[in-house]
This record gives sequence, C-alpha cells and structure tokens, in this order.
Amino acid sequence: MRKGYFGAFGGRFVPELLVPPLAELEQAVDNILPDEAFEKDMDQVCREFVGRPTPLYLCRNLSADMGFDVFLKREDLAHTGAHKINNTVGQALLARHMGKSCLLAETGAGQHGVATATAAAMLGLDCIVFMGALDVQRQSINVHRMELMGARVEPVESGTRTLKDAINAALRYWIAHQSDTHYCLGSAVGPHPFPLLVRRLQSIIGRESREQMLQQTGSLPDTVVACVGGGSNAIGIFHPFIQDTGVELVGVEAGGRGGPDDHHSSTLSRGTPGVLHGTHTFLLQSIEGQILPSHSVAPGLDYPGVGPEHAFLKDSSRARYEVIHDRQALDAFNLLSRKEGIIPALESAHAVAWVSESRDHIRPGSKVLINLSGRGDKDLDIVREQMAEV
Amino acid sequence: MHYDNILTRKIQAAVESGRKALIPFVPAGFPVKDRFWDVILELDAEGADVIEIGVPFSDPVADGPVVEKASIRCLEQGVNLDWIFEGLAEYRDRIRAGLVFMGYFNPFLQYGVDRLAGSCREAGVSGLIIPDLILEEAEPYMEMLNENNLAYIPLVGLNTSLERLQAYAGLCPAFVYVVSVMGITGTKTGSMQVLGAKLRQVQDSFECPVALGFGISSKDQLESIEEHVDAVVFGSALINHLDEGRTPREFMAGW
Repeated sequence: MRKGYFGAFGGRFVPELLVPPLAELEQAVDNILPDEAFEKDMDQVCREFVGRPTPLYLCRNLSADMGFDVFLKREDLAHTGAHKINNTVGQALLARHMGKSCLLAETGAGQHGVATATAAAMLGLDCIVFMGALDVQRQSINVHRMELMGARVEPVESGTRTLKDAINAALRYWIAHQSDTHYCLGSAVGPHPFPLLVRRLQSIIGRESREQMLQQTGSLPDTVVACVGGGSNAIGIFHPFIQDTGVELVGVEAGGRGGPDDHHSSTLSRGTPGVLHGTHTFLLQSIEGQILPSHSVAPGLDYPGVGPEHAFLKDSSRARYEVIHDRQALDAFNLLSRKEGIIPALESAHAVAWVSESRDHIRPGSKVLINLSGRGDKDLDIVREQMAEV
Repeated sequence: MHYDNILTRKIQAAVESGRKALIPFVPAGFPVKDRFWDVILELDAEGADVIEIGVPFSDPVADGPVVEKASIRCLEQGVNLDWIFEGLAEYRDRIRAGLVFMGYFNPFLQYGVDRLAGSCREAGVSGLIIPDLILEEAEPYMEMLNENNLAYIPLVGLNTSLERLQAYAGLCPAFVYVVSVMGITGTKTGSMQVLGAKLRQVQDSFECPVALGFGISSKDQLESIEEHVDAVVFGSALINHLDEGRTPREFMAGW
C-alpha cells in the first residue's frame, strides 16, 4: 500500500507549503506517540481529565423490547460530553511535545472547537478556532464556551460559511503560522497523517469496548454500530475489531430529510470518489467536481466528505454503510431518552435509529454494540424546533 | 526534457529581450463570461508571454479572498472545463501567448486526467499548475502528461527543502513557480532577503526559468531580487484592477 493510503483512498493533496508541517507531524506521530513518557502522560490525562474508561452499558428496557442485547459505549460521559475530547487532548499533548504554543482548529457546530479549547486551556496553549459565520450565529452557546476557555473564535465568511469553509480557512491559517501552531483537525479526514493520527487517538473507544464486552459478557459483540460524518467516532470503535472477522461493522450516515432533491450527508452511500481537504475519498460533488452542500439534522454529521479509511472499509466490504433520515434519528432520540434515561446526541441517535429500524433483521439473542458518541443536551433547541414542525 | 515546450520558449524570449516575462492569471469567465475572452485577447495583445487561465473550484484552499470570490462568481455563471475548451476552439488561433491552466485537482480528476491531457493538447494548452497536487501525488500522472507534451509546473515555497527542490527539478519542468509568501494568494510579501536566498537556491537547482507569484502587485517589489526571477505571475492585483472596471491594457502598462 502507498504511504498515507488506505487502498485507493487517502494521500496528501495539499499545497507544497503544507508539506513541511505535515512531515513534521508525521515524524511526531511515528516517534512521540509510541514514546513511554507520552503514553504515561496520555494515560493520566485520559483517566483524570477525560474520565476514562467510559462505561459499557447494557440497555435494560431496549434490549427486552428488541429481543437482542443492546450495549452502549458511553462516550457521552467523557468530559465535554462527546468522544471529540479523546482526539483533542491527544493532539494537544502531542503539540506540546513538539514545542508548539498554539492549537488551531476548525469547527462545525462547535463540539470540536469546544473540545480543542478545553485541551488548550488544560495545557496552557493558545487556541484559535475557525467557524463558519452561519454556524457562529446558530451555535452561539458553543462560541461562548470556547471564549470562556480562552479560545479566539474566527467567523469564516467565505463559501457556504459552514464547516467545509472553516476547514479551508484553518488550512490557510496553518500555511502562514506553521512554525508555532499545530493544526488540531477534528475528524479522521484531511491529508496524511491526520486520518491515521485521529484513528490512533480515537481507537481507545474500541479497545475499551472490546475488553469490556469480553469482561462483562464473555464474548465479542456480533455487530458494532456507529454514526459517520467525518467518521472519527466510527473508526475509533471499528478499528480494534477489524481483525475480528466475525464482528459485523455498520456505519450509519445521515440521509437528511430524505426527499430526492434534499441535501444530505450520505457521502459513502450516495457520493463519488474525489479529492477534498487533502484526501482522496468519497465526496458529495457535482459531475464537474464542485463540492455540493450537505445537510443533516445532526450538525456533527453535516460534511460533504468522509474519512478515507471508511472509503477503504466500504470498498473492501469489511464495513457496510447505511442511511438514516432526520425523522428516524429524531424518533431514536426520543426512544433512548424515554426508555433508558439517556439523551443521545442527534449524531449518535442515527446509530441508535439504525438498530431500532433493523430490529426485525437482527438475530434474537445477539449482541449489538452502539457507540453513543455524545450526549444530546446540545441538541435540545434543534429537537424542539423539529417537533414543532411535525 | 521539456525544453521544446512553448512556455519555456516564451519566457526565455522575454528574458533575452531584456525584460521579465509577464504571466497574468484570470479565472475563466471573469469578470463575466461574455467579456472573458476579450480580456484574454487584450492581455495577449499587451504583451503577456504566458496566460494562466483559472479553472474555478468551490474550495480553493491556496487562495485568498480575492481569487476565491472571483472563482465562485465564475462557478455561479456555469463555467466549467467544457466551456473553456469551447472558447479555446474559437479563440486560440488569435492568442500568441503560451497557455496554462491553474486549478485544483478535483475538477481535473472528475473530467478525467487522460481526457484532460488530450483536450489540452488539442486546444493548445501547454501546462498545468495544480496547487494541491504535490510531487508524490502527481507521480502516477507524469507519463501521461509528458506523452501529451503537457507540462506539470511545480509550485515551491520559502519552506521547501533543497532535497525537494531537487526532486522537482528532476521532473525537468517547463518552468518553476516560486510562491513568494508563506501564505495564500494576495498575501503581502515578507522579507526580501529571505525570498532572495530561496530564489538563489531555486535558480541553482533548476535549469528551467523561474517564475515568481502570490502577492505580487507592482514592479517595485522585484527590485532587490530581479536577477533571480525570469517571470512574474499576477492574479489578485489584476482581478482587483478588472473588478474596478479598468482595462487589461492599463494594468499591463504598469509592467
């Protein structure tokens, strides 16, 4: 396999000016990450700051209703309320070991921005977050949270004024500030080595889950389910199970409202291969290669690309990717809240929805593990609005 | 070797006549579709040696706000490669300058790189500048480009190592494009001393002509580094000029 590639996907499609900082980061990933001192640091931060390991929870009521065991990996209980923190504390520690004084991030709805600001504050690093101007308006609470923790939030006025434009802006900023700034990319996307780095930091989800399944139930799950936007929570839980060929891996993409002309975020299911943000992967694009707007009720899934390793897992049939629409995700949001007393993030609700919708096809008595990647408090406004529409 | 490439010859001819070769950049369809080819013909008549036609992309990550806005305006008018090739079929005979496409990789990839190479050859386009296609990623396409005498023009910068300069030089490009700033198009240039040192290194590494671009808006900027530069690329400055309703002739007169 070519360096930085997952089969035909991945690579490093960036301006030449970004080659040196990416090479520097690649070296750090190879040398600093496996280092004992770094591992010790990381382990301590994960336990004492993030609150790991997160629990594995067997849903009592849902399991009884469905006729098979539904397990939740409770990433919603990690600090800041989502798996995003695993990646940002790891990259922040790495940045400090590399001698960088500033963390740079893009953010869509603000979750990754908040997680980066959190890690930066903890380690005493400066933090600058690019956020689409439209998202700054829609997610003012998260802007406030980032600012409370000392981050500077830069609204991005170009293009569609959303996540993809925030990534463009962050890459542009990094070109000019590479000597003292680490780009803390928020998902398993972007040029090599980001997809690999983010996977390594998020794989803790899968490693813990695998061990907890064995400990609590004596065997591996039959199916592992996770939502996929950029795909960092999914690759994090999938990766430690990839060699376990008996474990089925299911990624759930956001189908948006579901009308034939509606925007959506089902990149793997309905997109085509192309190059965006430094990587060759599946994209939502016109036949001429222009990037199309994406949509999902879940802000964290709203991205017109996807991590290149997911493109590879789809291509090689090791994982399959399914589509859940806004409506179904909202039903699952209500279902999990009502049945289990757990309010899931709308992103994670897509994974719950797939399990609920597939209940007739899942073998009774089997074990289904869902990555509950985040908590849903952040989504209450959206949910209230959506319910009012019905 | 690419030295029979028209781009190299055009730049060398300018240098031999005692001046810098001039390479204006205009996004295809700018300022509006109906006026674009007139702008190109006027730039050509006013002494452009090579013209860069921008192939617009929705997410131009190496570009500043001026080029990005211009590109999006062009996309909104429905500009695509087919439109550009149609125009070239009509106007290419009347353009003396060498022509290159400057654009991001995805639109080229979707068009099909082999098909693109054939269309360029037919349309009289002699080179490609692709800001997000570095050496390693260009490698699979080099043979096909060479077969069609379509030059891959490398972009190098202030932070490009000597090893990488030499690796790019090994491709024997028609010319090399030096990014004058640690930033995006339209950024103000920094230290001339640092730039001069890098340009000397580029000159020593490459046999082909050296073009300088990004953030170049006036002749005065070149004063201290003149001897290391064979050609100048201007984009944002020209776009701003045209956007103010002024003519290509007035712009070229400043050079």
